[in-house]
Amino acid sequence: MPSPYVSNTDADRRAMLGEIGVGSIEELFQDIPEKVRHAQFKLPRPLSELELKRELSQLASRNANLDRYACFLGAGSYHHFIPSTVEHVIGRSEFYTAYTPYQAEVSQGTLQAMYEYQSVVCQLTGMEVSNAGMYDGSTAAAEAAIMACIVKKRGKVTVSTTVNPTYRDVIRTYIQARNFSIETAELNGSISSDSACLVVQQPNFFGHLEEIEACVQKAHDIGALLIAIVDPVSLGMFKPPGQYGADIAVADAQALGNPMSFGGPGLGIFACRREYLRQMPGRIVGRTVDVDGKPGYVMTLVTREQYIRRERATSNICTSEALMALVATVYLAALGRRGLRHVAELCYHKAHYAAERITKLKGYSLVFSKPFFKEFAIRCPVAPSRISQALFKDGIIGGLDISHIIDNGMLLCVTEMNTRQEIDKLVEILGAF
Amino acid sequence: MSHHYLLPDISQPGKIGCSLPALDVPPTELPPGELLRQELELPEVSEVELIRYFTALSKLNYGVDTGFYPLGSCTMKYNPKWHEDIARLAGFASIHPLQPEESVQGALQLMFELQEYLAEITGMDLTSLVPMAGAHGEFTGLLLAKAYHQDRGDKARKRILLTDSSHGTNPASVAMCGFEIGVVASDSEGNVDMKNLESVMNEQVAALTLTMPTTLGLFDPRILEISQLVHEKGGLLGADGANLNAFLGQVKFGELGYDYVQLNLHKTFSTPHGGGGPGSGPVCVKENLADFLPSPLVTKHNGTCKFLSPAKSIGRIANFHGNFGVMCKAYAYIRSLGAAGLKEVSENAVLNANYLKEKLKPYYHLPYDRTCMHEVVFSGRRQKAKGVHTVDIAKRLLDYGLHPPTVYFPLIVDEALMIEPTETESKQTLDSFIEAMKEIARDAEENPEILHTAPHNTPVKRLDDVRAARNPDLRWEMRSQGVG
Repeated sequence: MPSPYVSNTDADRRAMLGEIGVGSIEELFQDIPEKVRHAQFKLPRPLSELELKRELSQLASRNANLDRYACFLGAGSYHHFIPSTVEHVIGRSEFYTAYTPYQAEVSQGTLQAMYEYQSVVCQLTGMEVSNAGMYDGSTAAAEAAIMACIVKKRGKVTVSTTVNPTYRDVIRTYIQARNFSIETAELNGSISSDSACLVVQQPNFFGHLEEIEACVQKAHDIGALLIAIVDPVSLGMFKPPGQYGADIAVADAQALGNPMSFGGPGLGIFACRREYLRQMPGRIVGRTVDVDGKPGYVMTLVTREQYIRRERATSNICTSEALMALVATVYLAALGRRGLRHVAELCYHKAHYAAERITKLKGYSLVFSKPFFKEFAIRCPVAPSRISQALFKDGIIGGLDISHIIDNGMLLCVTEMNTRQEIDKLVEILGAF
Repeated sequence: MSHHYLLPDISQPGKIGCSLPALDVPPTELPPGELLRQELELPEVSEVELIRYFTALSKLNYGVDTGFYPLGSCTMKYNPKWHEDIARLAGFASIHPLQPEESVQGALQLMFELQEYLAEITGMDLTSLVPMAGAHGEFTGLLLAKAYHQDRGDKARKRILLTDSSHGTNPASVAMCGFEIGVVASDSEGNVDMKNLESVMNEQVAALTLTMPTTLGLFDPRILEISQLVHEKGGLLGADGANLNAFLGQVKFGELGYDYVQLNLHKTFSTPHGGGGPGSGPVCVKENLADFLPSPLVTKHNGTCKFLSPAKSIGRIANFHGNFGVMCKAYAYIRSLGAAGLKEVSENAVLNANYLKEKLKPYYHLPYDRTCMHEVVFSGRRQKAKGVHTVDIAKRLLDYGLHPPTVYFPLIVDEALMIEPTETESKQTLDSFIEAMKEIARDAEENPEILHTAPHNTPVKRLDDVRAARNPDLRWEMRSQGVG
């Protein structure tokens, strides 16, 4: 059978070869050294749509998916409700089969959506400017740290010990690549006076709210930037980074309407003070007018970017997560200010209900006494892995095992997806240990 | 057709675009007021308003599903619809990246097999699926080169060589990895200038990044000599794999002498580009670089898959394991084509490009008149003499309902027009593109004004980039409405 993804017929091919003036397609590959041409490829035999769909549905069914399991796992990827409107909008192929909007006249849909995205991100974070998105929260944090070094002309960054450990690893990879240095510091201790930035997570990796104003003060006292890594859903009720004086705010925005999808694609939010606009990485869209004075949108400040500035660009980022930025925009527009606030409050109240019931159980306690949002660390009476196995048998994905950081520690996450019934069942199983 | 309003223009207090459940547990006291926000201004629209707004926006866009999209170097091929459905299966989309490994064996199996397939397709030994886009993969490849030399105690290698036709991401990635840049010139045939390479390749060079075929759409027939020269001087050979569509299923990077190659699943392996992502930029390496790969890799023992961090890993480059949703589509693509299908891809991609080259050669200057691979680079030099620039040609194509090629790249071709038709396009489509390009060439001679004022029937006409950069208007603001 011919391939559905090649449109030429044999007759077309013959006619085209005739026009080119060669006898076979093979002749078009003459520049490739003979001894490496005709490589052999060991790949499975091709399958039809019907056969492969069947096989992959079976493969997918080997995963415990969260339509069937209750989930109390967070730590950077979050199970939140996704309105159907999101999928219907991004399912429009004019959006998802377009390239990066280099030809603005036929890309106004993507460009205007990016302008909307930058706007809602600024509204949400309280920051002055936003780019059109980064790969994920961790690379956004890493690029923010690099930007701080360039803005401040300093070669060191300071990261709080309460930042998500994998974010710390990613920041380290990026910072060391540039031959800069990185230190980790306790927020109640001192930080190097020659550091370009202090990176803080709010709420932190353990779910708790830091005394963020003091962190901002600490950074600004030494002339460093404060980089806040935030949970965008938490901003439905908690003070935004722009309000407490952060210089750069970054976030993983998977939670804003994207499925967890085993960790990607997600989206990184990157927003900052307007004075650092020209040092920002990534695409930025601006509103302008066409030759008739009609409003329209273009990619702007492109002299920051790799395809214009090459090695002097602010970043190498090119293809990013544009479709996921559209997702976040649709999500935030669907929820609106009341909806996001409501979702944040559902998370807050349900998480506190769960925490209160768990801490009443014998052998369980909260590790920290500070206020928290939707995640909290508990100390268990036995190894958390044992508890998670028991939970899994009853259709529950337990929290993250953090016993390497805290004795018998487990990091739990509760969102609007968790019903009271699920929480009660969680508590019941925990109580059996 | 044009679309003047924004979300805040249709927002009205009291509306919402989705329904949410009520609280089903006893409420807790809210935290202290100083932690809470006082204002949150987001648009408030009903569901129908939301859908109509974004539907109207989508109609202002041009995608592969709209029509021909010969954007050079971007491989804008058609993306099979059912591959989208695969990534959306609940068993793939609705799983948490930190779930216990035994609960996600299906996903790990898919990743493991994709690692193997990509290694086989490129002729390399191991694959990291973590990089989330092409530039992220380039960054990873360069970090591998850095780690490799440092591990051998060779600290003198501070430079990466790039060709003068390289993508902008190449030098930007080099800078991000703390290397210096050395440039290798191209010769008059569009190949690497061997004399120049000999003079710049020395013990200070960590690696040569060489896109193959080059960004001129040409295969360098001396690739094996280049590889030998680089290796003799102790350097590594890395590929920007953006152009793999040219020899997919025919030639292996590994057999050309490459040590590492970065792929673009969102180009070659037919995952849609999304208007600027999501992408996926796996890196495939030879054994000598395997220990340095980013964490995590997927391994398999006795039928069970696990994540593993290589012994001397460069560390983490992403929060999780990469863009898994994109991997699902690329996996489905490879499995639906098989080895013979992949070969058919490159055959038709190269045939289509050479057909365009022959048919357009009489009308546009062809700086390198030889057999091309998957794309062909013309110059608008002839039209420039008449006062018509490549940008005018590109904008006029929009009037024909066609997406223009890549323009002004590569930088070494004056007024460049880089055309990549891809294998999914038919001769009929190519013929209508050729007709449009012929008419445009004629208009450049006889009626240049129509090119200068193009496009004429798009939702907006040419936009004022200078104004956008000079007075950046990057967002709207909404007035305060207090706490909801």
